[in-house]
Amino acid sequence: MKILVCITHVPDTTSKIQFTANNTKFDSTGVQFIIGPYDDYALARAVELRDQTGGTLTALNVGEAETEPTLRKALAIGADDAIRVNSFPKDSFFVAQQIAHFAKAGGYELILMGRESIDFNGGMVHGMVGELLGMPSFSPVMKLELEGTTVKIAREIEGGKEHLEAQLPLIAGCQEPIAEWKIPNMRGIMSARTKPLVVVEPISQETQAEASSYQLPPAKGSVKLVDKDQVSELIRLLKNEAKVL
Amino acid sequence: MSIVVYVEQAAGKIKKTSLEAVSYGYALAEKTGEGTVVAVALGTLESSELAAIGEAGAAKVLHISDERLNAGVIQAHTSAVAQAFESIGANTLILAKSSLGDAVAARLAIKLNAGLVSNVVELPRLEGGFVVKRSIYTGKAFADTTITTTKKILAIKKNAVDQKLDGAKAQVESFSVAIPESDFSSKISATERATGEVLLPEADIVVSGGRGMKGPENWGMIEELAKTLGAATGCSKPVSDIGWRPHHEHVGQTGVKVAPTLYIAVGISGAIQHLAGVNSSKCIVVINKDPEAPFFKAADYGIVGDAFEIVPQLTAALKAAQ
Repeated sequence: MKILVCITHVPDTTSKIQFTANNTKFDSTGVQFIIGPYDDYALARAVELRDQTGGTLTALNVGEAETEPTLRKALAIGADDAIRVNSFPKDSFFVAQQIAHFAKAGGYELILMGRESIDFNGGMVHGMVGELLGMPSFSPVMKLELEGTTVKIAREIEGGKEHLEAQLPLIAGCQEPIAEWKIPNMRGIMSARTKPLVVVEPISQETQAEASSYQLPPAKGSVKLVDKDQVSELIRLLKNEAKVL
Repeated sequence: MSIVVYVEQAAGKIKKTSLEAVSYGYALAEKTGEGTVVAVALGTLESSELAAIGEAGAAKVLHISDERLNAGVIQAHTSAVAQAFESIGANTLILAKSSLGDAVAARLAIKLNAGLVSNVVELPRLEGGFVVKRSIYTGKAFADTTITTTKKILAIKKNAVDQKLDGAKAQVESFSVAIPESDFSSKISATERATGEVLLPEADIVVSGGRGMKGPENWGMIEELAKTLGAATGCSKPVSDIGWRPHHEHVGQTGVKVAPTLYIAVGISGAIQHLAGVNSSKCIVVINKDPEAPFFKAADYGIVGDAFEIVPQLTAALKAAQ
């Protein structure tokens, strides 16, 4: 079976978020970039399913040349080959168009990615790709098991989960605990250097909703401490000052 | 031009976040000065539930009562809402961000050729294009996003607007759609849902516990405080990782992102990944015995002390005040 895993190249979760160029660009100074944490779950599960089925696993990223180390890491973790669509990921629609095109061209039967990127948090690309390809899409998926062409899925819903049975081909946006994150070993890192990484140009430049400028939230005032023997004072403040009770 | 709002239900009750979405639609119609809100409600619903949609600001409710839509069948919901949207000739679709809402919105964006923005935190600006403010970097920043298509979809974050409660009586119409059988090819075999509790992503007040609670056996006091406040309970990542609490209670960067009016954190140090899940809260209270806990820097109010003493006292004082 051919599996495609789509990964994002995003700032580490501990990064300080800042903007530059008059608040129109993300300031990457001193920022470490990683495989999106949700994509890392998708990748880990994809590696397991590739091993289970004896198929192949391709990692895809829509990004400029700077994302290649992130794609190489996906190869080190276990993807067989990689595709980089050479463009800044301008919006969800743009990214979904690229993924749908290359997924169709490659004849992938299972497409996994994170439930959302941790930079723009849209959580929309998997659903868009699903509609573009006429495949069912599920997210956020916390369990995905293959039994022949039947796929058993658990999808998180508010306050619980939903168990589903679907047929291949399909698309899933993944989250924990679908698999344990995999750390690349030395053999993986060595072999990643020689695994194929193909760079392709985007099939279209069309966008629908691009971000134009950024803002940081207003700075938080300092905390008002209440003595531990004065819980009634806390209740008074929440009622009368913060007006949240 | 009508604004369509996709309204979700859970077990026959309209979700509160969907009612907020209706109110958002109403506020948007007032802002643009044209059109009214048409809500699309799916599945079996009592008339009292349909009436609540009117109170939230809808002028009309299209009720698609097909009982197969009681469950959140993603593709079937997509087809149903798309048909309603197109039959009205609407240009704007509003919905609340949720596990089903997101999945349906994404497919609708393609089906309707509509520009989609998620995590919308306020009404759009209409000068110089349709500009929507969205939350990004898990609440650490905002982006102004311009939608360039004629049709638009906004998936709104909780608390983007206050829920309206005094709207007029909506005109309720039955609406029938033709949903392809293939939309039902994926079968939902079982649904597990916490019952009788306030759902975390939708709660106005959240009480969360961290490793400072020392073990799952001590969660009684967290639950008691939550119950007294009508709040949902949450937890930090380590707590769900070790299995003290279920995963759906994990609040943070890779868990549930909450935006309550009041967030009370008990025995949580405040790792940056946890803060990312709570930074949209209106008011944060931190109870921690360590005065150096980073969470105090993100809090509005704090108490330094032993949670095992403070939490029961707080619950008792709240009960006495009720």
